[in-house]
Amino acid sequence: MSPAAAWQHAVVTAVRGLTPTVREISLQFPAPVHAAPGAHINVEVVVEGLPDTRSYSVVRSAADGRAVIAVKRVENSRGGSRYMWTLEPGARLKATAPVSQFEPSYGAPAYLLVAGGIGVTPMPSLARALRQTGARPRLLYAVRNPEERAYAAELAELAGDDLRVYVASEGQGIDIPAEIDALPQAGQLYMCGPMGLMDAVRSHWARAGRDAALLRYENFGSGGRHAPQSFTVHVPRLGVQVQVAQDRSMLDALNDAGVATLFNCRRGECGLCAVDVVGLTGDIDHRDVFFSDEQHKSNTKICACVSRVVNGDITIDPAWRGDPDLSRPEVLEGGVTA
Amino acid sequence: MDGQPTFPLNAWYVAAWDAEVGRKLLARSICDQPMVLYRKKDGKAAALADACWHRLVPLSLGTLVGDEIRCGYHGLHFNADGRCTHMPSQETINPSACVRSYPVVERHRFVWVWPGDPALADPDKVPNLRWMDDPEWAGDGSMVEVKADYRLVLDNLMDLTHETYVHASSIGNEALAEAPFDAAHGDTTATVRRWVLNEEAPAFWGAQLGKPGPVDRWQIIHFMAPATIALDVGVAPAGSGAPQGDRSQGVGMWVIHIPTPSTSKTCYYFWCHMRNYRVGEQRVTREVLEAAKGILFEDETIIEAQQRALDRLPGREFYNLSIDAGSLWARGLIDKMIAKETAPGAAAQAAAPARSIPIVPAQVQP
Repeated sequence: MSPAAAWQHAVVTAVRGLTPTVREISLQFPAPVHAAPGAHINVEVVVEGLPDTRSYSVVRSAADGRAVIAVKRVENSRGGSRYMWTLEPGARLKATAPVSQFEPSYGAPAYLLVAGGIGVTPMPSLARALRQTGARPRLLYAVRNPEERAYAAELAELAGDDLRVYVASEGQGIDIPAEIDALPQAGQLYMCGPMGLMDAVRSHWARAGRDAALLRYENFGSGGRHAPQSFTVHVPRLGVQVQVAQDRSMLDALNDAGVATLFNCRRGECGLCAVDVVGLTGDIDHRDVFFSDEQHKSNTKICACVSRVVNGDITIDPAWRGDPDLSRPEVLEGGVTA
Repeated sequence: MDGQPTFPLNAWYVAAWDAEVGRKLLARSICDQPMVLYRKKDGKAAALADACWHRLVPLSLGTLVGDEIRCGYHGLHFNADGRCTHMPSQETINPSACVRSYPVVERHRFVWVWPGDPALADPDKVPNLRWMDDPEWAGDGSMVEVKADYRLVLDNLMDLTHETYVHASSIGNEALAEAPFDAAHGDTTATVRRWVLNEEAPAFWGAQLGKPGPVDRWQIIHFMAPATIALDVGVAPAGSGAPQGDRSQGVGMWVIHIPTPSTSKTCYYFWCHMRNYRVGEQRVTREVLEAAKGILFEDETIIEAQQRALDRLPGREFYNLSIDAGSLWARGLIDKMIAKETAPGAAAQAAAPARSIPIVPAQVQP
């Protein structure tokens, strides 16, 4: 791990309810930390007695080493948020200094910031930094119901008329195609939110033929199209069956069972943890951004770090093939297509 | 870098002459940050961190393809914003894939970069060197890599007494070393003013003026924090009114010196001589350029020897004389800028964006 992302011991200094499901947690780091706009921290959570890592955007940071994050409690999830909600002032937590992977590129003719639900957390720092350079980002914020408008007041103060809040329970929603079409061709879009929202933006962006490098998003692999369920992974080549609990990732379950894997990002970006799918009942809830839509539809590979199986089980072939037999010529598996 | 930084990051630094940046990849390390510079097809200059996001190989070893750099190792493409636009053997692009893109301004014939917090990069903070673009002034310059702390170059320029001894054959003479001077400062500038009245002109200036007799000579040193020095220098026939503001009988130059820190012990020393006489004669431009190269070499020799002495004598401090007032004001302004960005909790920009961790195979548990 790079020194910048080394674990430190942070102390919870304050906990504050923002909405019925979102809690703001202030952390004090041992040394001053600086969070670039859009930065996140990684924290170690404990789920069912086992350590795991979660990422949270830094809402704001202060000169004295404090960083503020916000955590949405999700009942049917992998368990990280439940753990974070047990933290009270004085609690100690392993955390990394802020990691910058979502800092804006300055100087674009226009900016559109799109947030859905808890995806709002990087937006205050992005909007503040962009406005500091004289830009006027348009900020679209979709929430489920009026009580869930975390940070709406702060954003209104920051962005004024450039902020639009959409409340789903009141029948409001972002007109994604219209908003993208209204953005100048060299304009940039930054988004964070649930899978459905990000998929809708990505697909219209591609359909409109816009430059993919100008669409920026952050993916912590934390949400999917379905609530997480437990499922079984069959690994016939190794003769093992692995049970993946609702609050455990398939990658961790495979590793626990001694199935060797590769992984790097643990958030569905790098593709190293992908394994071959050779059998499937039910469906795969693909939560990665490594595979294309077409690849997702084919269900031939799965990113084990974030993606899950719903309403069924999966059979995979891991990378282990035994040592090669050098006494005979190599045979192309699957045969040669003419 | 160990200990206290020697340069602020939140500042514009000259990374290259305008003519050095083109449709090819130019590697420069500015303030300990390796950068690769190039020009887009529309002529605009761009500067990216010179390390591929993937395996850190310098992008300057790659190829310019349109407005993008293709890494010379695995072919990843990066655009001028630093965004990855192509990855081999996959249908998508990792959304975290990027290299740092530095703010760039091209002004006064130089390409300036901002190594610090990009949100603070205000183009209005580029030093005003208007003579570089003014048709009433002619000249050219060059760049030399000096193996010394850029502040030693600034020290050298803030006290031109050294001309008498280092440049005795060209621009120095005894009268200069003995003339009184005035050192002053503002919020971002330090200025040393020195006039030598009714004295014989040194060899170089006598030739430029082309008139016999004693001269009034001026030498105004303008430091603009953190690394720009503009010298307002010239001679006029003694008594022709130059000290009162009428320089019409004389010849003058604005001599630009910009030692951009590369590391704490090396710098790119950009320099240029702009003159307001015989501006239509290319030959004079060439003659001044060649003469200046000789003078600069004399400075470089002394300054590099000084750096080696500093390295050999750790812990030894400079003794300061009254003639060092200008350089002390200049260093004070630099220290103030550094303190502002390194104060506890100040938004000190990390030198490089965080990157992913090395690949480690999962531990197989028994």
